[in-house]
Amino acid sequence: MSKKYESVIGLETHIELYTNTKMFCGCKLSFGEESNTHTCPVCLGHPGSLPVINKKAVEYAIKIALALNCKINKYTIFHRKNYFYPDQAKNYQISQYDLPLGVGGYLDVDMGDYVRRVGITRVHMEEDTGKLLHTGKTGRISESGASVVDFNRGGTPLVEIVTEPDIRSPEEAKEYLINLRNLVLYLDVGNCNMEEGSLRCDANISVKKVDQEKIGTKTEIKNLNSFKFLQKGLEYEVKRQISLLESGEKVIQQTRHYDNKTNTTRLLRSKEEAHDYRYFPEPDLVPMYIENKVVEDIKHTIVELPAGKAKRFRKQYSLPKYDSIFIANDKDAAYYFEECCKFYDNTKNVSNWIMGDFSSLINKEGVNIKDSKVKPEHLAAMLKMIDSDKISSKMAKSVFEEMFSTGKNPQKIIEERGLEQISDRKLLDEVVEEIIKENPGPVEQYRSGKKKAIGFLMGKVMAKTKGKANPKMAVDIIVEKLKTKII
Amino acid sequence: MTAHKLHNMLVKKEISCTDIAKSVLSRIEQVEVKTNSYIRVEKEKMIEEASMVDKYIGKGGTVKDFTGIPIAIKDNICTKYITTTCASKILESYVPVYNATVIEKLINQKYVLTGKANMDEFAMGSSNENSYFGSVKNPWNIERVPGGSSGGPAAAAASGEAICSIGSDTGGSIRQPASLCGIVGFKPTYGRVSRYGLVAFASSLDQIGPLTRDMEDCAGLLNVICGYDENDSTSINRKTPDFKSFLKDDVNNMKIGVPKELMVKEIDKEVKSAVNKVLMKLEEMGAKIEEISLPNLEYALSVYYIIAPSEASSNLSRFDGVRYGYRNREAKTLREMYKKSRAEGFGDEVKRRIMIGTYCLSAGYYDAYYEKAQKVRTLIIDDFKDAFKKYDVLISPTSPTTAFKIGEKLENPLTMYLSDICTIPVNLAGLPAVSIPIGLSSGENLPIGLQVIGDILREDNVLKAAYNIEKAVGFGRKPDNL
Repeated sequence: MSKKYESVIGLETHIELYTNTKMFCGCKLSFGEESNTHTCPVCLGHPGSLPVINKKAVEYAIKIALALNCKINKYTIFHRKNYFYPDQAKNYQISQYDLPLGVGGYLDVDMGDYVRRVGITRVHMEEDTGKLLHTGKTGRISESGASVVDFNRGGTPLVEIVTEPDIRSPEEAKEYLINLRNLVLYLDVGNCNMEEGSLRCDANISVKKVDQEKIGTKTEIKNLNSFKFLQKGLEYEVKRQISLLESGEKVIQQTRHYDNKTNTTRLLRSKEEAHDYRYFPEPDLVPMYIENKVVEDIKHTIVELPAGKAKRFRKQYSLPKYDSIFIANDKDAAYYFEECCKFYDNTKNVSNWIMGDFSSLINKEGVNIKDSKVKPEHLAAMLKMIDSDKISSKMAKSVFEEMFSTGKNPQKIIEERGLEQISDRKLLDEVVEEIIKENPGPVEQYRSGKKKAIGFLMGKVMAKTKGKANPKMAVDIIVEKLKTKII
Repeated sequence: MTAHKLHNMLVKKEISCTDIAKSVLSRIEQVEVKTNSYIRVEKEKMIEEASMVDKYIGKGGTVKDFTGIPIAIKDNICTKYITTTCASKILESYVPVYNATVIEKLINQKYVLTGKANMDEFAMGSSNENSYFGSVKNPWNIERVPGGSSGGPAAAAASGEAICSIGSDTGGSIRQPASLCGIVGFKPTYGRVSRYGLVAFASSLDQIGPLTRDMEDCAGLLNVICGYDENDSTSINRKTPDFKSFLKDDVNNMKIGVPKELMVKEIDKEVKSAVNKVLMKLEEMGAKIEEISLPNLEYALSVYYIIAPSEASSNLSRFDGVRYGYRNREAKTLREMYKKSRAEGFGDEVKRRIMIGTYCLSAGYYDAYYEKAQKVRTLIIDDFKDAFKKYDVLISPTSPTTAFKIGEKLENPLTMYLSDICTIPVNLAGLPAVSIPIGLSSGENLPIGLQVIGDILREDNVLKAAYNIEKAVGFGRKPDNL
């Protein structure tokens, strides 16, 4: 980005809560089941049906609001947001408006060399819509003859989190969202899977000259459905807005759609086409009075969150900052790390493995660390073997791969494969003596000063021991024997 | 005949449920062509159900209140697998997949459903002329309207096409037709009866209630339909009393207020004098009567015609032809489908109110209309609160006039809206109120109704006062020239 400009970004994030049942009826939440099987008169908007608030969803939403340092409104109500669209059963969405559940919070986003405090304007509850499916090969509405609606998702509890325009770059936006996701995973109230749509994000963005006070005209970007696309879409939009301003044109307030295939944004609707949602208090529901005690009780159920945990890791395990944040951000990795450290003292080695080989296998296989077959005590045992020269670091990599795919104990793998390193002095003495005997040529070369010959001899030792000789010991023994004794 | 009399005969085995059903059915066959009380009559099912109840009683089953009693249900209350049309083209073929809570409660008593009673479309109207299935005629004079919107339930109960009926009241829709048809109509405290399964017109005002031929049936039906329902967040979690226990001969020292704002010039002279006659009788019986003023009642009509259409505009937006109900099949685009389905599916009055409501909730108008109306609504509630600090009940006419001629007020909606001038404030404040017949007009022999209003959850006072009025007046008349 041009140094002259900075971007001003605010995000609106929707998070599906994984309660047992929907926001306003008793239907179970659905995960890819047959269309319209998780429905009832309420979530289908049948005439005469009425909503009833899911208390668990409110509790989850309060949890999120508290974790984002929000003030919980003691008196909160639902509103109807009116607009016609076929993915909505009632043609209004039950949402919140001027009295949301939580207000005035923040989330600190660690950017490495600085921390960005992102203000949270509001946290509110609402219901999700159904899903429109379009017939035809491509599934695109423009190439489709008909559309059908699946209401399984309709009525799923959602929390919407709106930030202040505090975010100053697309990268910060991405980091904010990752941090927010990690927070929700910690609270154990949602899946936050962007591909599945259980975490969705829209962005408001404008650019302004660095020294300019006034915020520029914003656009709203939709369809930013991965962390990568969030950053890419915003980067494109920043460029587009700057080039408009540079060429003397104006940014027009509008809603734009991000296309991840072309990595561009295009006009979805102009300000004039924006809906008038005709919000008014939902008369089918009564106001909620949230007592202090309820808030306090929920507060007590909130576990240690990433920021606090990273800090503790630095103190308790002497982890470097980078390691502590990397591990603490992932609830499951953090748990794994601490479990492993119960069996093994060199905590930095543990974090190295979790961040390195372990992470790359996890990413490759697309599994979660908590579902991995490698038990924390097994990783600890393997690290101990490296430390005691039972196996080399190189061997450890292949041992770990087998642990990862089979879940076997490292000791057993080494035994089965006969991989255990030979660190027995007597045994190595014998092997080295044999090799020296069998290779007079290279021995002579070494003695005459060609120190490189030791590599050849070393290779022979390894061949004879099938690679199991402790390399460091073997080299020492060769050098020693060639020095002291003429055979 | 009343339900409680039939109940006694059933208990004594002097009559069977099948006998009752057959007699009601023959009355329907005889007069339905004249009254048009029903959108759908359950001919076969009625006899079938009645004979099943007979078998159950034969096996020693308990005869509960309303067991085997044929009851008409207003067609905006959901009945499982039986069409529920709201008298609208847009729901002409809509079949609910569930029963409203009140229906479940009635089934529990083993009632017999006569059919789905006619009404003003989506309960919007005061004359039952706004029905896609045609106007209902007043059983006392078929050139007159039966009132609305529960015109069908009122006409059915008055004409003997049902023993009693269940209706809904948003601004007077039970009480006004009860008044015009010479029967009892009760609107309970908002939240007493579950609205689950009542197709919403204005959620914060709607309430289900009974239309019966006397106070005893009224209290009996209240006993059946009232009660907390976890499916309706606005229902009141309070134990239901035995409403029948309030039907006592005692108005001595009862304090009765007569709001002068409900005795204004719009009220017919004859109606006024009939009400005054009753007030004099009550005074003779020991009640203390005083004229009072509730100054904010004069704004009730304006407030109502902002709040009710606003809520309706949102409640009725689900009728779009997408999932159920009428759809225009020629439409080429989504927008066109919405527009044509709704333009062709809704009647004029419904469209008028959707437009008013949409306007009132629009950006830039919300504060001036909806928000302001809610504030005035609070003032009206406060007026009533003050009044009930001093008085046990308030009394007024139910309707400014007796039944007017069909077509008379169709051209001017505003004169039609005035029909509910005495009943609307009660809904705005969520109070219980009943309309009871107190006489016939001298010229036309049309029924006149009186309204008794009580404080929130004080149905006891309303029932007590109304029961004594009923006894004092001795109305006991039925339309006899059908």
